[in-house]
Amino acid sequence: MTTKEIQNPLINFLLHLGDNALILGHRNSEWCGHGPVLEQDIALTNIALDQIGQARNFYQYAAKLISETSGEKITEDSIAYLRDGWDFKNCLLTELPNGHWGQTVLKQFLIAAYQYYLYQVLEKNSEEQLSAIATKSLKEISYHLRWSSEWVIRLGDGTDDSKQKILDALEIVWPYTNELTNFTDYEIEIIGDTYKNIKDNWIEKVYVVLTEAGLEIPSTVYNHNGGKQGNHTEHLGYILTEMQFLQRAYPNSEW
Amino acid sequence: MKTFIRKFFYGDYGEEKNTASEHNPSRQTINEWPLWEVFIRSKQGLDHKHVGSLHAADATMAMENARDVYTRRNEGISIWIVESKNIHANNPDDADALFDPANDKIYRHPSFYELPDELKHM
Amino acid sequence: MGINLEEQFQQKIDQEIKIEPKDWMPQKYRHTLIRQISQHAHSEVVGMLPEGNWISRAPSLKRKAILLAKIQDEAGHGLYLYSAAETLGISRDEMYEQLHSGKAKYSSIFNYPTLTWADMGAIGWLVDGAAILNQVPLCRTSYGPYARAMIRVCKEESFHQRQGFESLLVLSKGTEDQKRMCQEAINRWWWPCLMMFGPPDDQSPNTIQSMQWKIKRFSNDELRQKFVNMIAEQIKILGMTLPDPDLEWNEETMQYDFGKINWEELKQVIQGNGPCNKERMDARRKAWNDGEWVRDAANAYAAKHSKQL
Repeated sequence: MTTKEIQNPLINFLLHLGDNALILGHRNSEWCGHGPVLEQDIALTNIALDQIGQARNFYQYAAKLISETSGEKITEDSIAYLRDGWDFKNCLLTELPNGHWGQTVLKQFLIAAYQYYLYQVLEKNSEEQLSAIATKSLKEISYHLRWSSEWVIRLGDGTDDSKQKILDALEIVWPYTNELTNFTDYEIEIIGDTYKNIKDNWIEKVYVVLTEAGLEIPSTVYNHNGGKQGNHTEHLGYILTEMQFLQRAYPNSEW
Repeated sequence: MKTFIRKFFYGDYGEEKNTASEHNPSRQTINEWPLWEVFIRSKQGLDHKHVGSLHAADATMAMENARDVYTRRNEGISIWIVESKNIHANNPDDADALFDPANDKIYRHPSFYELPDELKHM
Repeated sequence: MGINLEEQFQQKIDQEIKIEPKDWMPQKYRHTLIRQISQHAHSEVVGMLPEGNWISRAPSLKRKAILLAKIQDEAGHGLYLYSAAETLGISRDEMYEQLHSGKAKYSSIFNYPTLTWADMGAIGWLVDGAAILNQVPLCRTSYGPYARAMIRVCKEESFHQRQGFESLLVLSKGTEDQKRMCQEAINRWWWPCLMMFGPPDDQSPNTIQSMQWKIKRFSNDELRQKFVNMIAEQIKILGMTLPDPDLEWNEETMQYDFGKINWEELKQVIQGNGPCNKERMDARRKAWNDGEWVRDAANAYAAKHSKQL
């Protein structure tokens, strides 16, 4: 299936939110069994589970809306497993490789901070279903934000080595952060002009946490964009290849 | 018997000769995050109960780890954490002196008193 | 005096009084427990790896979430067990060192590869099923912290076996490819599962003393037989077969007879020559080494701030 031609802003927005949650959850789940210490392995897996749960909620709602208009039977799994890269609307930042623990928690922090303010807006949206999912997700995201901020601060203010590593990670991921708050038409259609507040709140939160971590916001000259419209990095193709393998190799099967 | 209270690690084994010190801790062991004990109130109105332990670098992390490790299935609504080294326990050798004297104070228990059956609500 | 303590200790065990961390205990009891609990903990943690292979490839979002939650539980179980062993005076890091240096063993079963999705079902049903038979009696083991850890583990473990069976059930009713996947996974995991209970009783030097101390409550062979009896019935529901031509119900013993186990294979796997021993240990060492700077940083931060809540 493809969702490339869909014009309905609500469906596109739901796909975008679901894709963000799924791809980041997928990346975070790569840590399961490989974390720096058992307790943190468990913590990050909890976050990945939250995100996969959020993706399912958005996809189920999107699937219902798509099915209603197209007449086809669309499910959460056809959305996750049968679309190609160009259909995915996740931000590029979610698909970047995990790198080391510092890069992972930094990515997680930057995205959680964005989601935290975005979902507060969504919570008040007149679309009941969207608002309900946002309310539920916001509790989870508050914890993700807290957990990841603390790790960014801990690593920034830890050893010389950890500070250098988090600085390196910041250089790598920062050019991908502008996309988070660079809102597309389908987003603005749903959230209205509150998007400006999201951007301001996000940058302020990032500033506060990075400052406490003894880090500075990098001065970049170029930002990467495109994920929200389906133009991705090379990494997404590999994620999908792996993720969709069984559904593609054995089509029309129940699992 | 001079002291009733002696300081033990949770899990320390008192008079044993062959203690952890014989394991020759390596650099990594020295750098191990401290051990914490976790106590959880499973629902409103109940006491906090010891549920297990975990490692964490500081109290903030210990609290979050406790949430992530010990409440994955709605097991709790409130968490206490205590660094294990701060728990004081009695010496098991003193157990007789500490606890046996309570054995013969049967008059402290309601069943000690035989009362007529007609007496209700007592 | 020494004899006296030992007699008292055995009396407590015989009366089903739990031994607690600070109680006197024979040196050998302590060492047996450290060995057994840490092996058990290592098995949980190494056991995350073969299933972890398939998190990124799980065929539906529901299965992905279930698998992830299950593997995470195993991390939790490892943690509970390490904590129980720590009450005996060994640190978790020391146990890790024993694992990483190859000195400590872990369950042989996790040195087998997970080749298809059906292996996730087979592990849940067979491997976890075998583990549960071992673990349920351990909830009454004589050492208090171990017994309490096992109660927690068993509570969480029951969903593992059920999800495994259910996942195979779906495959067994699916396409021809899925049925083949299911049968092949059962074929590959069956014998290693029987080996997982350990060497036969007459070759298992630790069993007798461990039974006397009520560290173990059933012998390897007893548990193995129980497992065969259980699975030989359950597989009928799947409409699959077990790869053993000698498997047959015995009216006299009221048990299933089964074929000869290849003990040489178990010996090889335990000695490090299983199909995945090297990959598993490399993965564990890599995770530990890659995490060192993270653990150090958290220590350094905590030392700087000694933060209050």
